[in-house]
Amino acid sequence: MTPTAAMKIATPTDREVVMTRVFDAPRGMVFDALTKPELLKQWLLGPPGWTMPVCEIDLRVGGKYRYVWQNAEGRSMGMGGTFQEITRPSRIVATEVYEEYWTGGETLVTTELVETRSKTTLSTTVRYASREARDAAIKMGATKGLEASYNRLDQLLATQN
Amino acid sequence: MKPSGYSLNATFAALADPTRRAILVRLANGAATVTELAAPFDMTQPAISKHLKVLERAGLISRGREAQRRPRKLEPRPLAEATDWIERYRRIWEANFARLDAVLQELKSKEKKTVDALLEDVKPKPKQRRSK
Repeated sequence: MTPTAAMKIATPTDREVVMTRVFDAPRGMVFDALTKPELLKQWLLGPPGWTMPVCEIDLRVGGKYRYVWQNAEGRSMGMGGTFQEITRPSRIVATEVYEEYWTGGETLVTTELVETRSKTTLSTTVRYASREARDAAIKMGATKGLEASYNRLDQLLATQN
Repeated sequence: MKPSGYSLNATFAALADPTRRAILVRLANGAATVTELAAPFDMTQPAISKHLKVLERAGLISRGREAQRRPRKLEPRPLAEATDWIERYRRIWEANFARLDAVLQELKSKEKKTVDALLEDVKPKPKQRRSK
């Protein structure tokens, strides 16, 4: 596995969360991994034990996408939205809303890819409708029990070495 | 971690102001009175008191018992809850991105194989290797 720069996470305003991470691949490739279902299903899984059986993407402005995750106990969680802007391979803007429970309502997610010497900096900005919405999402995250066995990440990394 | 009863909303609102963050940094070094807290800022004592009230309501600081001085001190818990959430978010995304690294490596090796195969096709054939 290639060494990767650490992920950065920031809250630049009271409505936004920004994540930045460098990937050792050209941005066209990263763009594909973000927008092609057969690739996205391999990595966008969240907490350990969850799979992504549904991943539908209609990649055009006004097009919709929908993801459904499922865990071993059969619990599922759906999420979807509409693409507002697509500039391959540098930028995607899409709305995002969770189906099962309220996590702060609809958010606007802006994904930007910048390539420098065959490496891609991916930045994802999640903008909540209001500060209250962001805090509600935070509280939800804090009470969902997502903390379950994150040390499995270490195992995953160990097996990939 | 059990919720402290203070809303994250209040925590983030309190943290949004640079003066209040500076006050928290000062209090991280130990309790201080309103006069002591006001000293480094170009602000009146009532203005500082206002900031202290916001911090107090958010549960980020509390007042000491000493009747005269009533020094303010830092309450670490709500701050910990706010950063705890960021930490959770970070872990989920770090796991996702570690998997994305693997996906990209695979794409790169596939692409390399394709390019190698194409190069192989256009390359002049080398002399037949001797069998061992």
